[in-house]
Amino acid sequence: MEQNILLACRDLTLGYEQQALVEHLTLDIASGDYLCVMGENGSGKSTFLKSILGLLKPIRGEIIRSDALRLSGIGYLPQQTQSQKDFPATVKEIVLSGFLSARGFRFTYSAAELSAAMMHMGKLGILELQGRCYRELSGGQQQRVLLARALCAASKLLVLDEPVTGLDPAAAQDLYKTLRYLNEKEGIAVLMVTHDLNNALAEAKHVLHIGRTRWFYGTTEEFLASDTGRRFGGVR
Amino acid sequence: MSMLLQMFTYPFILRAFAVGILVSLCAALLGVPLVLKRYSMIGDGLSHVSFGALAIAVACGWAPLAFSIPVVIIVAFFLLRMTEKSPMGSDAAIAVFSASALAIGILVTSLTTGMTTDVASYMFGSILAMDKGDVILSIALSLAVLALFLFFYHRIFAVTFDESFSRATGMNVDLYNSLLAVLTALTIVLGMRMMGAMLISSLVIFPALTSMRLFESFRAVVLSSAVLAVVCFSLGLTASYLFSLPVGAAVVVAHLSAFLLALALSKLRLRK
Repeated sequence: MEQNILLACRDLTLGYEQQALVEHLTLDIASGDYLCVMGENGSGKSTFLKSILGLLKPIRGEIIRSDALRLSGIGYLPQQTQSQKDFPATVKEIVLSGFLSARGFRFTYSAAELSAAMMHMGKLGILELQGRCYRELSGGQQQRVLLARALCAASKLLVLDEPVTGLDPAAAQDLYKTLRYLNEKEGIAVLMVTHDLNNALAEAKHVLHIGRTRWFYGTTEEFLASDTGRRFGGVR
Repeated sequence: MSMLLQMFTYPFILRAFAVGILVSLCAALLGVPLVLKRYSMIGDGLSHVSFGALAIAVACGWAPLAFSIPVVIIVAFFLLRMTEKSPMGSDAAIAVFSASALAIGILVTSLTTGMTTDVASYMFGSILAMDKGDVILSIALSLAVLALFLFFYHRIFAVTFDESFSRATGMNVDLYNSLLAVLTALTIVLGMRMMGAMLISSLVIFPALTSMRLFESFRAVVLSSAVLAVVCFSLGLTASYLFSLPVGAAVVVAHLSAFLLALALSKLRLRK
């Protein structure tokens, strides 16, 4: 595997039980990449996401994680659930929980973890919110908290599941700006599942479009020139 | 005052205090994640199943705890799985489960022994129900719950707040959910005979609900639930002794008062 490849999908067939949703998918995610995954509901976007996260075994083919990725983990930003909306927890408690991975047991967080959490909160502009209760924050602020938690969990790859759903346009632009900063300045690879085509095409370096019968993977320019892309091309 | 002091000279009251405080403490700690995960109804379902199991055990002359503990643990797993798999129908399914268990329990008793005081005390609780074995069992159980809670505190928080994230970072979410189910089942079987099948689930739900009105951090909610559980149980049991009230109902009313007080406080704070 090449040096800067974080994750490689080789001839993947994905789906549930024996029903394949995506077949013969091959792609690489390199460090510093920005990949947007699009497609209709039920086309297999979440299946792809679950497979990348290691929660679902592919029917055929394999997903190879580089040593660097295995070491640093994947920072995941899931869709918000209903029960989180009135959850009593402070921003700091939530951000710190990003450090709890499968690595051993512990009673408290280390000083290094505390300062790393502060750094991530500072980077995302939520440091002054650290003592506030999660349920009192705006949608955009909540996403920043979850993003800070994802950064605590991983330093190489962020995986986001429809992150702008439910955000107002200004908060959505804010989030894209933050992601661009993390991607360009910190070199973190971004993989985002989204329905927000306009913005996604403006931000992404690569596009994976999953259709009912076939999929397309390429750079954003290639996508816009493709048959599927041309249908969306007008909206840019 | 002398009545209060005299209260502590009766061994059965001391036993009730020991078991009640420990069970309340466990129920309140487990209640925080259960309520936050929207699993409150599981506690209620389990207590009815526990009643059914106890009724069958009494009718057949089996040891009540030895029979009902495994039954309730199995049902706890089942209810948990059901809640995860079918978010739409889970409350209906739990309701069906608990009503059926209750009905079977009542039928079995009326066909065999008839509605004896034993069965009535399972329904509404009795202060006299605690013997030495219960005290030992409750101490062991509550130590286990406390130890697990301290040891896994951060993980319980992470899994409660966000299962998908925890799963993605490699945590064994199912293990924590199963642990929660087993401990809840044990707590309910133990507490049921004092509090009554109809009222035990309030020990799980009320402290967390009240604390959520008052506090903003998870840690504060957990600590406050523990304190509330102990205080409300002690108040309830004392009132039950002084005014000859049924203990389960007295404890629930103490919890209800605390909840209403917290509700008023949080409303007042909002207005400021």
